[in-house]
Amino acid sequence: MMVRVRGLKKRFGRLEVLRGIDCDIAPGEVVVIIGPSGSGKSTFLRCLNLLEEPTEGSIFIDGVDLTDPSTNINQVRQKVGMVFQSFNLFPHKTVLENITLAPVVVKKINKTEAEARAYELLKKVGLEDKAGVYPDQLSGGQQQRVAIARALAMQPKVMLFDEPTSALDPEMVGEVLGVMRDLAKEGMTMVVVTHEMGFAREVGHRVMFMDEGKIIEEGPPGKIFNCPENPRTKAFLSKIL
Amino acid sequence: MELIWNSLPYLLLGAVETLKITVFAVSLGTVLGLIVGLGRISDQKIIRLLAACYVDFLRGTPLLVQVFIVYFGFPQLLEQLGSPITHIPPFMAALIAFSLNSGAYVAEIFRAGIQSIHRGQMEAARSLGMTKAQAMRYVILPQAFRRVIPPLGNEFIALLKDTSLLSVIGIVELTRRGQIIIASTFRPFEIWFTVAFIYLLLTFSISRLVAFLERRLDIK
Repeated sequence: MMVRVRGLKKRFGRLEVLRGIDCDIAPGEVVVIIGPSGSGKSTFLRCLNLLEEPTEGSIFIDGVDLTDPSTNINQVRQKVGMVFQSFNLFPHKTVLENITLAPVVVKKINKTEAEARAYELLKKVGLEDKAGVYPDQLSGGQQQRVAIARALAMQPKVMLFDEPTSALDPEMVGEVLGVMRDLAKEGMTMVVVTHEMGFAREVGHRVMFMDEGKIIEEGPPGKIFNCPENPRTKAFLSKIL
Repeated sequence: MELIWNSLPYLLLGAVETLKITVFAVSLGTVLGLIVGLGRISDQKIIRLLAACYVDFLRGTPLLVQVFIVYFGFPQLLEQLGSPITHIPPFMAALIAFSLNSGAYVAEIFRAGIQSIHRGQMEAARSLGMTKAQAMRYVILPQAFRRVIPPLGNEFIALLKDTSLLSVIGIVELTRRGQIIIASTFRPFEIWFTVAFIYLLLTFSISRLVAFLERRLDIK
């Protein structure tokens, strides 16, 4: 298993956001997490690279236990790429520098090699002509594609997407989903929190419906969208579809 | 008019002394302030506490008293401790007091600057596998530096004006030289205005320099 989660709980003070999550994600699998806001989807995703510290339970990424205090979390994070809703590109660095910074600083790859690899990634996300530009000169969709390239530059084994298209104008959603679709086709293991049901249906191998800090129902997209069993899943889907 | 003209070279030498102390103290204060500012947001509670005590003490007491503590107080302490050195030269005392004082104000400037950078920047850097120190160095501080230039410039100017206090420990800077001339000429009006004008010239130059730096560094 690429990702293995057992009994994961997360509390913020007295508020219990995750109330016991178990799940396994196989290499190459694309898991889409849906659910109402406040259901804990983003918190769950952020626990997978320890941006949120779990209160209880264990998380294994590629066999390494994240909750073990002796684990070097910086090493694990290199294997887990993350794409944020608000892009979070580094505004003081060019597109190329955004992509090469971590490989050079963290992995100690030499700059020429890192740049060559960055150009390849930019080509992959269709932005090879934007290498020298600063993030604020790009559209939202372009920024998010750079953010994907930046995460891929660390050659992660798992990619986490936290509502990657929610901050975009509608006409830019397609270009980002397109890049994600290509990535899924290449066999990347992906965990995607999204409200894009079309994407979930088409690209997802498995859809998880979360509510009130738990996975209420999961299964292949066809089954979840066409004949959901749980009444809460039905209620949620009837509101958004 | 002739009086002003004649006293100008003498006063300008004082201005050089004023500027010298200011530049040294600002440089040391900035380094100190960066360290203390990082201490203020450290994960270690004890470091946070020490940094907060430092800032509170130096911001909560008058600069003149701090100068007295360093210039008159420390030598007594050194003597009682049996140190062979029991005298701190005025320039050295001024530099110590002003650097420590400026360090406290600059620490707060840096702390605010760092905290003004969106949380997502740290998260993005950490998610790429950077350590907290690497994220600070390559992502947070370069952005924070740009934001702190204007308040740092204000601190620079405030410090320059405060050096006029140093006439009391016998440093012959601009204000002290004004007093000396007045003692022999009895023309306070012309001399104090000349002194004020020289200060204005210095502070105005600094604020222009800061504005220039701000424009230069504001690439993005």
